[in-house]
Amino acid sequence: MATVSLKNIGKVYEGNVRAVDNANIEIEDREFVVFVGPSGCGKSTTLRMIAGLEDITEGDLYIDDKRVNDIPPKDRDIAMVFQNYALYPHMTVYDNMAFGLKIRKFDKEDIKKRVDQAAKILDIEELLDRKPKALSGGQRQRVAVGRAIVRQPKVFLFDEPLSNLDAKLRVQMRAEISSLHNRLQATMVYVTHDQVEAMTMADKIVVLKDGLIQQIGSPLELYNDPANRFVAGFIGSPPMNFMTVDVTEEKGKVYIDEGDFKLEIPKEQGDILKDYVGKQVVFGMRPEDLDYHEEEMKDQTIKCNVGVIEPLGAEIHVYVNTAKHQAIARVGPNVKLQVGDTIYLLPHFEKAVFFDLETELAIGREQRRQ
Amino acid sequence: MAQVPNKNNRLFEIFAAAPTRIAVSLIVPVVTFLVLRWSFIFMRDSEASKFLIGIVALTIGVGGVWVLFAATNNLVSMLPTRMRDTLRPFVFVGPAVAVLLFYIVFPALRTIYLSFLNRTSTEFVGLRNYEFVFTDPQMLIILRNTLLWVLIVPFVAVAMGLLIAVMTDRLRPGWEKIVKSLIFLPMAISFVGASVIWRFVYYYQPAGYEQIGLLNAIVTAFGGEPVAWLIIRPWNNFFLLFIMIWLQTGFAMVIQSAAVKGVPSSLLEAARIDGANEIRIFFNVIIPYIKGTILTVMTTILFMVLKIFDIVYVMTSGNYDTGIVASRMYKEAFIYRNFGRGSALAVFLFIVVIPFMIRNITQMRENRR
Repeated sequence: MATVSLKNIGKVYEGNVRAVDNANIEIEDREFVVFVGPSGCGKSTTLRMIAGLEDITEGDLYIDDKRVNDIPPKDRDIAMVFQNYALYPHMTVYDNMAFGLKIRKFDKEDIKKRVDQAAKILDIEELLDRKPKALSGGQRQRVAVGRAIVRQPKVFLFDEPLSNLDAKLRVQMRAEISSLHNRLQATMVYVTHDQVEAMTMADKIVVLKDGLIQQIGSPLELYNDPANRFVAGFIGSPPMNFMTVDVTEEKGKVYIDEGDFKLEIPKEQGDILKDYVGKQVVFGMRPEDLDYHEEEMKDQTIKCNVGVIEPLGAEIHVYVNTAKHQAIARVGPNVKLQVGDTIYLLPHFEKAVFFDLETELAIGREQRRQ
Repeated sequence: MAQVPNKNNRLFEIFAAAPTRIAVSLIVPVVTFLVLRWSFIFMRDSEASKFLIGIVALTIGVGGVWVLFAATNNLVSMLPTRMRDTLRPFVFVGPAVAVLLFYIVFPALRTIYLSFLNRTSTEFVGLRNYEFVFTDPQMLIILRNTLLWVLIVPFVAVAMGLLIAVMTDRLRPGWEKIVKSLIFLPMAISFVGASVIWRFVYYYQPAGYEQIGLLNAIVTAFGGEPVAWLIIRPWNNFFLLFIMIWLQTGFAMVIQSAAVKGVPSSLLEAARIDGANEIRIFFNVIIPYIKGTILTVMTTILFMVLKIFDIVYVMTSGNYDTGIVASRMYKEAFIYRNFGRGSALAVFLFIVVIPFMIRNITQMRENRR
């Protein structure tokens, strides 16, 4: 069993700099949890606090229900894969992987068995006699992972392990780490700034910004039901479109008015926005939920001009402009478009998310979940 | 565009023509040489004020060198491109190489030649001087002493320097600077200066007299008898080589401190997570990582140790069995006036240094790659 529990964890540096504020995270046994967020959001700091490389200023950290705040890294039964691999340059691959076991006075045969097994899983058996400088980036990364595997720790920690690899290798290694997780059935905590890695690999995602947790949930939860504007804009590529609109009511129906176009809101969302009539809200719509429509449909389509066209083969990304906003739409590959054209987009309102203009929190989440 | 007047055009053409330039480029160095020669005679023989001589020296020296470079460079510029590019580096390196040749290479070759001749350099004696170096009883003690210096000083200086480097790394930045500066301070002192300082540490007066030596003052303060530190054999060697350690530890510390700080922190963190304690990290991670630096510092100190002559000469003149090769070399050549033996000792030192020199140079080349 390997659960990790962060209760009110905080990290404050000298000069009252709050790197992490009141983090509460529950990591279940065998879960793959990803900490994601922009640079400086505190994700690496949180990971390092779990590892024991940073002191915990506030709160309690539990590994398997045991409080480990004051326990040094080597006694926490964790293993870590670093961004720059941190391999011992003067030791062979075999010695690199065996180092931790040698220190803990493991039997020589035991060590050999574990190292050979890990090398087999990672396909680095022919590299065991080489030194790190004779390895490629991807190979070094595998050795770093191997060094963690042989320890058979309770929790694996990954600190942006794929950042130093080229795009193609990254895609490949992503899949390998995911299959490694399935194979080892181990608890893994993974830090990245890349939301694609988070979405594809995680059982659970923790989104951080400026030291504060924005939302915790499964990839689909974060995608379909973001808690605030930041999460909505961070998850998903191309990102969600945001437009500031006025909410009006006419003859019992709720409308949102952007200036260039007006849209009638169907009843369920309309009820949610009832409190905002006469005020402004942020209207969020993902590019894939905007359909290309040949003609205008009054109060139902968004009227806009084509700015940039990006044909991707399987689809087209269209960058459009209204008087006040810009947006991206994903349309089919066969739509004929030219820069400057006026086109009409039909939004799927059941997927729309509205945000309070000041708090930036999503409106009506509780109602929607029912 | 306005026409440049014909007269100017023609003048310019005359000056720019190749023959003129060649002539100028040859005349200038000759003139420079003559001016330099005159200035040298002027400075040597003139009754003019020191100030004037100084000004002349500066102007001629700096200006002369500049003109020499400019003229030779000009000359080379006129050659066809390929010749020019291969020759140009030599224009600038040439004077320096010339100095090295005259003041280092030729004397070295001459010394090797002299080592095969007798004391007055009149008769060829083959390897007799080298025989002396390896068989004379006094020489054997000198070789033993030199070995002691070579084995102990570099290792102890490097080890202490490394230890201090690692420990001061953990101090707060303010304290770290102070401690490091204090330990580095002796490097600013010349060997002779250091010898004078330590003379007054080791100074001996017979019992009953006032002890002005620091060590003996402490010893007698605790009720002991004063000790003639520099006369007790063979321990006097250790007291002498300790001075060298005192001088070189700062150097070893500074270089190794920079190397230690260059070890990536993620490597240390990975080792900590692997379970290594600080001592293990020191020996299994830090030292292998800075191995190259440690060796370089060690060999650099080794070169300095082999050349050491001032400390021994000032403190004991090499007496009381404290002589080392360099001090004996000086004695043989300039006091006993036996140039054959002095040269042999010099060549001996030269040969001992070569393997370490080669190692250092290959290391430097590798680092550059």
